[in-house]
Amino acid sequence: MEQKEKGRDWNQRLNALGVMFLAILVGVIGWVELAQPFGIRFRDFTGGMVTFDTLIRIGILTIVLVGLNLLMGYAGQISLGQAAFYGIGAYTSAIMTTLASRHGVLPGVSRSWWWPWLAILVGMGVTGGFAYLIGRPILRLRGNYLAMATLGLGIIMYILFREGEDFTGGNDGIAGIPRLAIGSFKIWPIERYYFLVWAIALVVIIIALNIVNSRVGRALRSIHGSEVAANTMGVDTAKYKSQVLVLSAVLASLAGSLYAHFQALIAPTPFSFAASVELLVMSVVGGIASIWGAPFGVALIYVVREVLRARLHAILHGAGGEHEMIVYGIVVVVIMIFMPEGLTAGLAKALRRAKRA
Amino acid sequence: MQSTRRTKKIFNTAVVALVGIALLWYFVKIYQGRNFTPSIILQFVLSGLSTGSIYALVALGFVVIHNVTGIINLAQGEFVMLGGMIAIELHKGAHLPLLVAAVLSVLAVTLIGALMERLTIHPARHSPIVTLVIITIGFAFATKGIALLIWGTDPYSLPAFSKGPPLDIFGATITHKQLWIVGVTAVILVGLYFLFERTLLGKALRACAVNRTAARLMGISPERMSLFSFALSAGLGAVGGVVFAPATYITYDMGAPLSVWGFVAAIMGGLVSSPGAVIGGLIMGLLGSLGKGFTVAGLGDAIALLVLFLILFFRPSGIFGARETGREGL
Repeated sequence: MEQKEKGRDWNQRLNALGVMFLAILVGVIGWVELAQPFGIRFRDFTGGMVTFDTLIRIGILTIVLVGLNLLMGYAGQISLGQAAFYGIGAYTSAIMTTLASRHGVLPGVSRSWWWPWLAILVGMGVTGGFAYLIGRPILRLRGNYLAMATLGLGIIMYILFREGEDFTGGNDGIAGIPRLAIGSFKIWPIERYYFLVWAIALVVIIIALNIVNSRVGRALRSIHGSEVAANTMGVDTAKYKSQVLVLSAVLASLAGSLYAHFQALIAPTPFSFAASVELLVMSVVGGIASIWGAPFGVALIYVVREVLRARLHAILHGAGGEHEMIVYGIVVVVIMIFMPEGLTAGLAKALRRAKRA
Repeated sequence: MQSTRRTKKIFNTAVVALVGIALLWYFVKIYQGRNFTPSIILQFVLSGLSTGSIYALVALGFVVIHNVTGIINLAQGEFVMLGGMIAIELHKGAHLPLLVAAVLSVLAVTLIGALMERLTIHPARHSPIVTLVIITIGFAFATKGIALLIWGTDPYSLPAFSKGPPLDIFGATITHKQLWIVGVTAVILVGLYFLFERTLLGKALRACAVNRTAARLMGISPERMSLFSFALSAGLGAVGGVVFAPATYITYDMGAPLSVWGFVAAIMGGLVSSPGAVIGGLIMGLLGSLGKGFTVAGLGDAIALLVLFLILFFRPSGIFGARETGREGL
């Protein structure tokens, strides 16, 4: 018993350390880019391979993945359609901030600085409501059937994004999405946006860590262990499952809105089935049953891809996109063979071994 | 408890009825708007059946691997692409006769499937299922990349296996290429039936699906069955690719969509039964073809998926699935 208490204590301290470390890392990287000590910029450290653009993308997808890990790793409910929620958020933001001011809906209001922020909240509300509505019938399904249903949902949403010409702009998408601002303080250029995205990502991680170590988190894990047993112990499994689905959808929507304001242009492709699959790969590579798996998984996949893109042609003469695809596939397979529980579990194991030694 | 259950049931039925009526109303409206004759509808059905046969072959591959190992092999569509591409390469590049090229291609892809199992799945066989699924995704990426490297982005096609005028069925036509697809699928289904029901190997495979531990106690090696199931599935996919190649163009990136629709078809059929997979595939093909015919082309797939949702609503384990499926998923 005491051993267990100690273990929990150690875990919580580790989480606090992790949050602090991540916050400092984010701060230092941002400071390097802003102050440029000795004339060195951030990209010089990485040989121009990892830029602020990549870091922002990692931050945005971390938010999606934290939700996905809560849903898949803790509650054990597979989703192959997370990109749909991400897309609903992005499109809600894009439509509200471009069409409203173009058509003069709510003149004055739709041009004010807080309108895009309101759009983000509306997007989260819409996505959450949508997830709640589909949650009850869809979460009756299990395992592969649930995977299939969420996959179908993702494909249907993608088709709607692509075919809904009047609202979503079809294949061309929506351009001219304004940058975010607070009053007259514009959150742009890229360094400012970087701080915004990572501040939100850190808050999301902290909230998720707290959920995991709470009554709700234990209830979710009990569902993962055995739904029947959880039910018998008085856990309202249906309620918790739909709650965690709504939470993951809301987080995905928030990330989608951030993505829309970052790109200033959205098209259907990043919200397709392939995107959902990529999210699944990141989640499992990072470690599905861990909140920390989220930033690790996204960062690893992005860095691998950026490094391949930037460096592969130097190693392999005349290498192109096809070599990238091959090496990327092999890297995923190799990571999964040697770290079947994902990076975080692999690292934790190594840490524990080091502690014992 | 009883009354809440009844209200739930009434509510569920109402939802389904509403969606059904909306769909029906939409179809009737479109039917009145355009001039559909029965033979045009029959034409949609026939072309749907031939597309559905390809889905069925992919779905069969899913079912064979899932039954034995519990894995959803998301590289299944890549086998179809490889089957088509290798047959084309052998026929056009190496100038082998068409049938020889086809057979060699199926054998080669079968070997690739076996290699995939040994190199990627076997080393990680004690891992959680979801890890193994990610491995198949990684394998699919790599395969797609290799295909792009070898064959580029150009579409390729194979000449027809037999030539002749299209057959006329009540005003609709079916080409020889489509007949080959449907016929070969039927032959494969009969062959699989004999393999699973009448041979020792088939019984061993089925025993693994029922209970791995018990099968091992009976002297069956689940590892070897896993290898065999991957080889068999790869071969099935390759057959699909070979018969598909004359009817369409084979491109390096056709694998992923086929995997998706094959998975959908397999789920619809219940994921455990071979006839279920074939029926699921045919239904998906029909719905897609009719949906495309009756609505805007881009919406056809959405219609097919909506119908699938309705089916899952009533039968959460698919048409032929067992009532309760384990929570062991993907």
